[in-house]
Order: sequence, then C-alpha cells, then structure tokens
Amino acid sequence: MGANHEDHHHAPDGHGRALRLGIGGPVGSGKTALVAALCRALGPELRLGVVTNDIYTTEDADFLRRAGVLDPERILAVETGCCPHTAIRDDIAANLDAVETLEERFGPLDLVIVESGGDNLTATFSRGLADAQIFVLDVSGGDKVPRKGGPGVTTADLLVVNKTDLAPLVGADLGVMERDAGAVREGRPVLFTSIRQGGAGEVAAWVAERVHGWSHAHAPVA
Amino acid sequence: MSAALLLLADSRLPAGGHAHSGGAEQAVKTGAVHDLASLRGFLAGRLHTAGLVAAGLTAAACRSAGRSPTPPAPMTWAELDAEADARTASPAQREANRQQGRLLLRVARRVWPSPVLEELALAVPNPHHPVALGAVAHAAGVPPDEAAMAAAYHAVAGAATAAVRLLGLDPVEVHRLLAGLAPDLDAVAERAAAAEVLPATSAPALDLLAERHARAGLRLFVS
Amino acid sequence: MSLPLPPRRYPAPVALSHRTPGAGEVAGRRRMRASAAVSTALSGGRTILPLLRSDPPLTLRQTGPHTVHLVSTAAGPLGGDHLSLDLDVAPGTRLEIGSIASTLVLPGDGESLSVITARVGEGAVLSFAPEPTVLAAGCAHRMVVRLTLAEGARARWREEIIFGRYGEAPGRCVAGFDAMVEGRPLLRQELTVGDPSLDGSSAIYGSARCVGTTLLAAPPHPATPKSGSPGLTAGQAGASAAEGPIGANAPGQGATGVRGGGVVAEGVAVLPLAGPGVLVSALAADAVELRRRLGLGEAQIAW
Repeated sequence: MGANHEDHHHAPDGHGRALRLGIGGPVGSGKTALVAALCRALGPELRLGVVTNDIYTTEDADFLRRAGVLDPERILAVETGCCPHTAIRDDIAANLDAVETLEERFGPLDLVIVESGGDNLTATFSRGLADAQIFVLDVSGGDKVPRKGGPGVTTADLLVVNKTDLAPLVGADLGVMERDAGAVREGRPVLFTSIRQGGAGEVAAWVAERVHGWSHAHAPVA
Repeated sequence: MSAALLLLADSRLPAGGHAHSGGAEQAVKTGAVHDLASLRGFLAGRLHTAGLVAAGLTAAACRSAGRSPTPPAPMTWAELDAEADARTASPAQREANRQQGRLLLRVARRVWPSPVLEELALAVPNPHHPVALGAVAHAAGVPPDEAAMAAAYHAVAGAATAAVRLLGLDPVEVHRLLAGLAPDLDAVAERAAAAEVLPATSAPALDLLAERHARAGLRLFVS
Repeated sequence: MSLPLPPRRYPAPVALSHRTPGAGEVAGRRRMRASAAVSTALSGGRTILPLLRSDPPLTLRQTGPHTVHLVSTAAGPLGGDHLSLDLDVAPGTRLEIGSIASTLVLPGDGESLSVITARVGEGAVLSFAPEPTVLAAGCAHRMVVRLTLAEGARARWREEIIFGRYGEAPGRCVAGFDAMVEGRPLLRQELTVGDPSLDGSSAIYGSARCVGTTLLAAPPHPATPKSGSPGLTAGQAGASAAEGPIGANAPGQGATGVRGGGVVAEGVAVLPLAGPGVLVSALAADAVELRRRLGLGEAQIAW
C-alpha cells in the first residue's frame, strides 16, 4: 500500500483528484452489474478505479475482475467486518485508504467507483468518502419501496430502479414507483434500467456528465 | 485521566478497527470460541500476550514521541517499528497491524495535527498499530500509561465485538465479560507502562489463527 | 514438595532470585551453578573445537567433527539451579548441538534458570536442536536464549516444551527467545506456560500440551544476489507467502527460501519473519506429534 506522505484527502476541495462515486443499495439489486456496465461504457474515455465492499471477502471484486471490464489491479476490495454501512458511512478509513491507494498507483484518475456491500435502505455514503452517490433498487422488492423512502432512496444524487424487465412478473407498477420516487426525492433524478438486457447507457451518461463537471471545477491547481 | 483517552479508545473512532476481529473470526470458525466461556478464555489470552506486547510498544512510542527521560531510552520510529516486527512472527498479523496503524495515523493527522505524526508518517508510512497509537496518544495529550491502557483495551474490544456479531452472543453478557476483565486490563496496562524491557509475550495459537484467516476463502473481517 | 509459585500471571523478572544464606540445601542437594561452553575455530579450512567445557550437570560430548551432544549427568535442573551454556561459532565454521535425552525440569528451592548464549560469526552455521524440555509439576523455570548472527551466518534453532510428564499438570516456565541479526532484532518471543487459565486459552495454546518452534535464520550473504525476486512490502508479505517460493521478506533478500508460508498442516505454521528468517511454529497434543509438525514446516524451507 502506498505511503501517505501527502494525504490527498487534506485537499479541502478535492482539487487534482478523481471524482469519487458511491454506489449503494440492497443485496441483489444489481450494484455490481451496474459497476461492470459503467466500466464497459466509460472505460474507453475515462481513467477508472473501483473499490468494492464485500460482505464476504472479495466476491464482487473477483466478479468484476473475471468480467474483464477493467484492469484487475484497478479493483481493490475492502472487508467490512459484518458491517457494510459502517465502512461507507461511520468509519470510512479503509475505503479512503483504498481509493487513495488506487490514485497513488494509477493516478491521475478521472473516476473512482466505491461499491458498497449490499445493505438496507438506510445505508448512505459519507460525504467524506463519496462526492456523488447512486442508490440502486430493483423492482422485485415491490413497488412500495420508493414510497417507504429511507436516506438511500431520498438523498442519493441518482436513484436507479433496476430489473424493469421483471416488473410484469412480480406485479410491480413502474408508474407508481416513478411517481413515489419523484415525490420523496424532491426532483432529484430517477432512471429505470434493465442492466442485464439493455445495459446502463443513461446511467453512464449521467456519470460522465458528473465527471466532466467535476474535472472542470477541480482541475489541479497550477 | 484525559478525555482524549476516551476518544482514542472509543470504537467509534473512524480508523478502520471495526473490520478486524483479532483472530476471533477464525477461532469461531474452528469452534475454539463458541460461547461466553470460551470467548472469555480467548480474550484473556489475547490480552495477556498480544495485548501486553501492544501496550508496551504503545507506551514506549508515546514516551519516545515526548522525548521522555523516563526509561527505557527514547527510540526512533524505525527502531520501535522494528521491535514490533520482531515481536510479530506472523506475516498476516504484521499486515493487519500495519493496516490498522496506517488508518489510525491517517485519521489522527486530521484530528490531532502534530509534527510528531508528520515525522512518523515520513519515517514509517505504514507503522505497526501500537507505534501509531503511541504517537497519536502523545499528539492528543494522552500520557504513556493511559496510552498503554488504550492499547490493552483495543486488544480485546474489537475481538469481543466481532464475537457478538459472529456468534449472536448477548451483547450485554459480552460486556459483562469485558467488565470482568477490567482488573486484567489495569494490570496489563500498568505492567506494560512500567516495563523497562519491551514485553514480548507470544501467543502461538493467535499466529496460527491469523495465518489460517489470511488464506480463508470466505471471511467477514480483515483479520 | 510444592514450592510457592511466583505471582499468578507474572513470573519474577529475569533477575536471579535472592536467597537467604543457608538455603542452599534442598533435600540434601546443593543448588547447582554450572557454566559450560563450546567454541569453534577454523583450522586448515575445517572446523575444530578448541573449547569444549563441561560443567556438570551440563556435560558435553563431541560426537562428530563439528557435532556436540549434551549429556545429562544429573537430574534437573531443579529449582534454584542456574545453568548456562555459551556457544561461540567462529566465522566460517560449523557447529551442531543436540542432546541425548529430554530435559526434565523439576521443582526445588526457588526458580531454576537456564541461559544459552550463542554467537554465530560471519558465514558460520549453527544448528541447535536438542530434545524437548519437559516441565514437571511444580517446577518454576526460566529459560533465556540469546542468539546473535553476523553477516552471512545461518542458524537453525529448535525449541520444544512439553507441558508436564504424562497426565501431569506443568509447573511454571517462562521461555524467552531473542535473536539479533547484524545488530537488528529478528525475533523476540516469550512463552509463558503454567497458568491454567491462560494455557487453555484458544488464543495461546488451546488444548495443546506441547509448543515448539524452529527458527531458520539466514542473514543476507554478500554473495547472495540482493535483487531477483521482488522485495516485499509489509502489505504484500502475507499474501505472497502462500505463493512461494520467496526469500525472507527483508529489504535485502536473505538466503532463506519458503515454498509455502502460512498454515501448512493442522497445528503448524510457517511464518516468514520481517527480517531474514522464517519461524516454524507448532502446537500439538504430544511430543511425537509436535516433532512431526515442526518437521513438516521445516521441510517447506530451503535453508
């Protein structure tokens, strides 16, 4: 691991470092599939790194490495000791360390994605770790989930409702989900995806826009 | 007692400690720790071996950071770190120790900015946890004997919490067990702080558990 | 005949115990003070042993050109006995130490002490592999080993401790081991046996009745290439140990290679040290199994 002679996090405004994007959401909602899709879509134009937070060791990291969407060395796994939300919200030290290790090894980077371990609706990223965050739901949890809210659904910069192809099978009404999400999110964006069937083009575009905005606003100080 | 000691010893200090079980996860996996009684034995063993060593190194690091004239003579950061290495035969434990030391140092440089911490980061970027803890204690205004207490507590608190999560033990009973270990914690911290020669008590089973853990296919904790 | 044990968890420090005059007789036997020594020298390119000093009960017998066996000529050590053995292995020479039988530590008047000091000169080789030490019930024993290695020296040091004779609870023992390489600490360990509440801890010995270690140390030799296999950082050492073969993970590569680190079999781990050396550490239910486990670990190391 890298030396911390310069603690990048000390930079108060993030100048000269990558955008840090948190991706959270319940188990099985498609976080890892989204990370893989983003790497595929953005890999050609952006310099990427990925940190995974697994419940059990390095399964998600291994999945991503096998998927071949990114140089395996640019994927680091953080173990969370039974508490995935602690590692992204209350005690972010190991995740910050992993992010900065990627930046030291492969930097400069444009985007570092931090994927949380699957957790519940209350799990959100600390602003000390993620500059922007996406919360991923899937329709099979039922169309009431957006109405129930919770910090992930209400405050994430982008809400992704995945597995729309399953909606008819599980009796989920996408219109209801869109309406409820809009109501609790006070206008913050919601995107509907079926990542396995249709990829994540719209999400990738949203992320790319964020990255460009970030790099304009946080160019390295000359 | 200094209030800063409470901050240092608090499990909510965001320095990555929550992801370490100190061998408890493997001990649970092998069945060696399976109930309150076996957990107590594990924690007492951990405290009187690895805990004593960590407390001794922490007190020495704290004293060295303050250039204290109290023996043993102040050591350089590299010397302290080499002494920690020599007392940690297991590579997996050295790695776990260094990861926790690095994360503590990262957090402390923002919480208690001090030239001592910058000096340590330059000399040993990934210090053993007790070396970092001693330096951080000094930066936070915590004296060596209290720093030793924080180290001793750290040696058992994380493992106890991990066991609660892994075995579904009654958390109140586990805390009662920790309260029962309080006299041992006092004794270990006192002995560590007073030692003129750094303690080197080893725990062969912890070494075996740490190596097994590092190679386990499935695990929840880093160590 | 039981003796008052030292404080429950913390045995007396290394300092020799103070005794009152006239307390020297225990059951008609005087406390023993013995100081034995072996030195090697180089003569015509071969190792000779210019000094081989026995001091009963530490009796030394040369059993080969550079091999010496310890032969017990009295029971013990008993409480109160102070035994020391000095080994001086001159640069470029070789010395192997074994023993004819295991050492049975018995109770007596106070703490028994054995101190072994070994200096291994440049390019010299020392193998120290005596039979086990058995802690009889009621004993209070302290063992101190101080091993120092010069540049290019190598040492194999085996230590086995058996917790009591068959079916017997062990007495107390504190075994300190201190190895320095070229002035830097390589390994500092202290094993404490004899506190029932801690011996049975699954963090220390668990259900084992024996503990053993073999240190294989090999400081970088000037002739050993210092590049080649990549140097390991602290962050990589653990993972790489399983992928062998590697050198000891010192900044300068030592001459000790490990084929597979970690737990190589039940109850035995091969631990590449931070400095130039590897420790094989084993726990077992009996002495035969302990030796077998240490052997399994040692076989992983090209020393």
